[in-house]
Amino acid sequence: MSSLLKWNKGGLKSPMSRANGLGSAKTGLDHWLMQRMTAVVNLVLGLWLIYSLVFNVGATYTEALAFVSEPLHAIFLILFVMASFYHSVLGVQVIVEDYVHNEGFKIFKLLGQRILFFGMAIACIFSILQVAL
Amino acid sequence: MTDTSIQKERPLSPHLQVYKPQITSISSILHRMAGVFLTFGLFLVTWGMVALADGRESFECFVEFCQSALGQILLVGWSAAFYYHMSTGLRHFILDSGFLFEKKAASTSGFVVIAIAAILTALTWGYVYKDMLIGGTA
Repeated sequence: MSSLLKWNKGGLKSPMSRANGLGSAKTGLDHWLMQRMTAVVNLVLGLWLIYSLVFNVGATYTEALAFVSEPLHAIFLILFVMASFYHSVLGVQVIVEDYVHNEGFKIFKLLGQRILFFGMAIACIFSILQVAL
Repeated sequence: MTDTSIQKERPLSPHLQVYKPQITSISSILHRMAGVFLTFGLFLVTWGMVALADGRESFECFVEFCQSALGQILLVGWSAAFYYHMSTGLRHFILDSGFLFEKKAASTSGFVVIAIAAILTALTWGYVYKDMLIGGTA
């Protein structure tokens, strides 16, 4: 277990001396900012989506098609997909970095989720466009 | 007998097990758990959108799942998780701005957030099942 931790590799240097002077990882602010920006989008569009679903319970297939075909609805849906998938990837990244200490599994998990969610988001957006256009 | 090796196993942060559970820590960990749960909800979102584009049969299969007992339980869970994650998220925005740091305010806002999430979830599902609740023919 201990040999799998990156901070245990590196011979005689103490963890502090290895970390000193390297500076930040440079992308932390972008992560922080995007997490909050997507959060605001999800707040507004998530509530809109719940509202739309709750007030259209029992809608038929044709009615659902008509709803998504509205340009404004399609735009909102695409924005919601982009913001929610992005927010989810960022959030899970923080949790994995906090609790997963096996480097190999961590990289597999982070890359895997990114690839999977990128694909799912594209599938969502393609479907919305197919219905709307 | 002294072990000076830096290879020695050390406890890693966060040391959750040494803290007494408090509303501030519980609301924080629940925020993360709700977030992970909502991540799984994106699979349902994808299924719904792809099914709608695929055609009537796929869409009706999706609707059937949502209306099933399992589907309804999951949807109640996801709406509750959304409202909770949203409320604690807003609380975090306020904390980010430098407010609610007093002991009392931090605890109270933790409970307020749970209450808001519970009320919003109840309102949402009360509306969905209003006919059944008021006594009409659902």
